[in-house]
Amino acid sequence: MAQMKFMCDAERCIECNGCVTACKNANDVEWGIQRRRVVTLNDGEADEMSISVACMHCDDAPCMAVCPTDCFYKTDDGIVLHDKDLCIGCGYCLYACPFGAPQFPQQNAFGERGKMDKCTFCAGGPAETKEEEYQKYGSNRIAEGKLPLCAEMCSTKALLAGDAQDVADIFRQRVVHRGHKDGAWSNNPQASTDNLAYDAARKG
Amino acid sequence: MTTLTMTKVPSRAPSGTASWLQRGWRLCLMLVLLVASLGVTHMAVAQADPDREMTTAAPGITADQWRQVRSGETGPNYRDSRHESNYNLINASGETWRILRNRWVSPFGLIAIGGMAAMIALFYFIVGRKYLEEPRTGRKLLRWSLLMRALHWTVATLFITLALTGLNLLLGKFVFRTLFGDAVWAWMIAASKVLHNYLGPIFGVLLVIMLISLIKENIPKKHDWVWFKKGGGMIGKGHVDAGFANGGEKAWYWLLASVGILVVASGFVLDFPNFDQGRDTMQWANIIHAVGALGLTAVSLGHIYIGTLGTEGALEGMTTGYVDETWAKEHHNLWYEAVKDQTVSEEELAARKAGGSGEPSAAKPS
Repeated sequence: MAQMKFMCDAERCIECNGCVTACKNANDVEWGIQRRRVVTLNDGEADEMSISVACMHCDDAPCMAVCPTDCFYKTDDGIVLHDKDLCIGCGYCLYACPFGAPQFPQQNAFGERGKMDKCTFCAGGPAETKEEEYQKYGSNRIAEGKLPLCAEMCSTKALLAGDAQDVADIFRQRVVHRGHKDGAWSNNPQASTDNLAYDAARKG
Repeated sequence: MTTLTMTKVPSRAPSGTASWLQRGWRLCLMLVLLVASLGVTHMAVAQADPDREMTTAAPGITADQWRQVRSGETGPNYRDSRHESNYNLINASGETWRILRNRWVSPFGLIAIGGMAAMIALFYFIVGRKYLEEPRTGRKLLRWSLLMRALHWTVATLFITLALTGLNLLLGKFVFRTLFGDAVWAWMIAASKVLHNYLGPIFGVLLVIMLISLIKENIPKKHDWVWFKKGGGMIGKGHVDAGFANGGEKAWYWLLASVGILVVASGFVLDFPNFDQGRDTMQWANIIHAVGALGLTAVSLGHIYIGTLGTEGALEGMTTGYVDETWAKEHHNLWYEAVKDQTVSEEELAARKAGGSGEPSAAKPS
């Protein structure tokens, strides 16, 4: 059983937005919604840094915990998916999500937001037919044995996707090669490169 | 390191004796520096190692930068490729909101409402209903005009609907999804949200109208304090003074005028995301809304009990508009003293209704 994770190596990300485009294209995402975004901190300064963010498929997902309809579920691969037939567009997942992943097609009076949309790790979602699945959630590349297109198309291989262990191994090699004592992580011993599922909220 | 790079600098093309001299002088200097640099050869060689150079070539991401990310801080040079870029990289307050809502508001809201219901049930079984001490005189006093009754019951119906749909949004998933299955649950929760979001603003407007029209009767007086000290007449002997509204009713009024308005205001913040209020604002609005609404729901159970099952002769005031003279004397003596000349007999009332002469306004102290 895999434990799917994304990881963006901030030292490699060049904010080309290729991942954003790849995602839009692979999943035919609704107008106005961008499942993946690239954030740049200190743009134009010496310590500029960019990072690509989408749903991080948390182990202890806050969206799942606060959803009033209980429309989220976790696949055997650790991917957090949601049922758009159950979603009422209350926006609670957006309040709770650490990464700003959930988005809504509308933002109208009386809390009319439409159905929430977010990254599916290219794993589709619950639907009767393949066509319905594609129309509601986008492509299901995982079912075809492929990884999310954003990571597959990343030109600098900053964005990594796959089983947490594999991703951690790749990242560890890079860190060793770079000669950093603790890589891109903080000095927190619990946030080691071996433990990508580290939950910062636990404040160990 | 400096010396090594300098030796690699290609010399400019010579032009004339002056430059030749300059070049010779430069060469000498370089030789001297080269000799001097022998002492630091080890370091220089190490620097030439491409792997080592890589480590110093690009500035690494520091722990400080990750701390900046974690804090939710953005700064002026923050860029987000998404079109609504008012969100920072990490929603730092999201976890706080989740903990407040899931670990505090949900369970303690349920405890407050359940505890209140249990206390009322216990009170009913031990103390029982408050009956009229004297027999009814048959003469009636108009307490609530048709307009006030209509307003009260509309607000009451909306309140109950909002309380039930709100509770369903907070706690329903723990009960009804497993109980009824996804098809029914999807319909149920969607209806809850729509009802809550569309009826909420109507409730808010009507609540304000009701509060304004009842403010004169609810201004606190000295005897209200005595009313509270005697537990509304339950402690000690004899009746406690009360005007049109007694101390308890006034407390309920002012609770609605404070917490109720807070719940309505925070509800508007949540209900109209079209004004672009951020995630953080809505987190706080949600906590205020939930805490206030759960508290009001718990207290409302007391109001409902006292107005219906708990007190003989109270409910008819809000249904027919008229209360019995005895009830007025026992529960609102000061009001009774002021309006006792306006009593009407039941026959008169029936005749009035048959004649269709319309509703007179409620008996007010003249």
